[in-house]
Amino acid sequence: MDILIILIKIFLMIGFLMTMGVLLTWVERKQSAVMQDRIGANRADIFGFRILGLFHPLADALKLLTKEDFIPPEGSRFIHTLAPFIAFTTALVGFAVIPFGPPIHMMNREISLQVADIHIGLLFIFVAAGLSIYGVILAGWSSANRFGILGAIRGAAQTISYEISMGLSVIGLLMVYGSLRLSEISVAQGDLLWGVFPRWGVMVQPLGFLIFFTAAVAETKRIPFDMPEGESEIIGFFVEYSGMKFGLLWIGEFVEIVVVSGLITALFFGGWQIPYLYPEGFVFPWGAKAAVHPALVVFLQVSSFIFKVAFFCWLQMLIRWTLPRFRFDQLMRLGWKGLLPLSLLNIAVTGLVILLLS
Amino acid sequence: MKIGKAEKKPLRLVEKFYLIEILKGLTITAWHFFRNLFIHTAHLFGLMKKKKGAVTIQYPEEHRPISIGHRSRHRLVRREDGSPKCVACMLCPTICPAQCIHVRAGENQDPAIEKYPVEFDIVLDRCVMCGFCVEACPVDAIRMDTGIVEMSEYDRKDFVMNRDFLLSQEAAPEVIDKESRHGLPYKTVEGARRLGETP
Repeated sequence: MDILIILIKIFLMIGFLMTMGVLLTWVERKQSAVMQDRIGANRADIFGFRILGLFHPLADALKLLTKEDFIPPEGSRFIHTLAPFIAFTTALVGFAVIPFGPPIHMMNREISLQVADIHIGLLFIFVAAGLSIYGVILAGWSSANRFGILGAIRGAAQTISYEISMGLSVIGLLMVYGSLRLSEISVAQGDLLWGVFPRWGVMVQPLGFLIFFTAAVAETKRIPFDMPEGESEIIGFFVEYSGMKFGLLWIGEFVEIVVVSGLITALFFGGWQIPYLYPEGFVFPWGAKAAVHPALVVFLQVSSFIFKVAFFCWLQMLIRWTLPRFRFDQLMRLGWKGLLPLSLLNIAVTGLVILLLS
Repeated sequence: MKIGKAEKKPLRLVEKFYLIEILKGLTITAWHFFRNLFIHTAHLFGLMKKKKGAVTIQYPEEHRPISIGHRSRHRLVRREDGSPKCVACMLCPTICPAQCIHVRAGENQDPAIEKYPVEFDIVLDRCVMCGFCVEACPVDAIRMDTGIVEMSEYDRKDFVMNRDFLLSQEAAPEVIDKESRHGLPYKTVEGARRLGETP
């Protein structure tokens, strides 16, 4: 029975991530178009129906599946095939520890709306993010292409540089909530700060949020941090990829966006919490109350999680289509001279405040 | 010649901090996004049709409006009785830089006209659309105002337009409309002036 529940949850999670990933390919085209006073992809149709170009992901998939799967003769055939799978899996697996709803009671058992509620949840995510670099390096190396290896090296340097700031920026969060378990962090964010504000991560760790967000955007390897890809110059680590293997790397990038959005939501924006909504209903700090059916509460909270994730996906798209890319030295300077000292400062200040308050 | 030197202003502290500048940029793009999204949504409900949410011209269905100096595929102008206005003076094949016009003259029964084209071929895949033939024509017999710019064929020989085909073409409705509004017999002011001199 437990296994069945977990399988359902895994199915839901992968379904959610894949749907979001595929939808994001459409969002990327449409949002960039609307931002730039254009219309965007709207030509793919089925029996004359176009519905805002929503068939384009389908057309893409068909096209990618029918393309030739080219493997460079000098390259390593096995690793060349393996790399997209590693990249995609590591992108996908990070979401497993993110809670997307409060624990629900059903059929005399408590079901946590989270695939794996492990006590090192946050570390697990960093492990997954750290492993994702293998996909990039192996893809670049096995292509036997100088541009590919150049992109892979850039990717490695960039990921390692920003991983550090990313890891350090959440230390402050750990000090505030005292747990690595993401479900506990989500629950703790339902408390109120000074009895008024929701105690979300962004309220107690604003600097931590900025550092984490910047580093997380850098981890997704998209503009303005698209050194490993560099579409305008070296094409990057997937220069020798075609067909669905390229598609996997491509969709993996979008899945990474969703995972990063989920992570930001779970850590800094209250996870599935809605301010002032408790299991028994709304309780406002000025004393007003409104009872809500428990099932509706769960529904609202899961919806709020999905809404927040969608919002951060949108925000990352907005950033990607607004900012120009960094130069490599600027990228490294921002990582090592900007974010790293700031994240250390953040830890020191957080520790000081906690010490003074206790 | 005066050579200007671009001044490179040192960044202010606020600008060095990136964040505020980034937020400024994001505000601009987000404003565009929400304004256009609002307009597109209103269009779905049939509202605010006058405001455009995108500058896109949906090409095969929608065409760019033709301007007054526009040069499109050629046509030969007819007289009242339907015969070609061309007098086969050979000025257009002479001036044509691509040498894509081929004219063979025949004798006209009317002594005031003298000649007429028995053959008048334009080879379109050679034509560079320069409009010199139109400028050179002393009797305004050839025009480039059909508004047709999509010229593609599967076979090279289909690019040859013969006399009867050229004569059968009409000016684009926009051009006729503009002529009636501006009172210009032809598109360029220069052409109009010269036409005023030659009957």
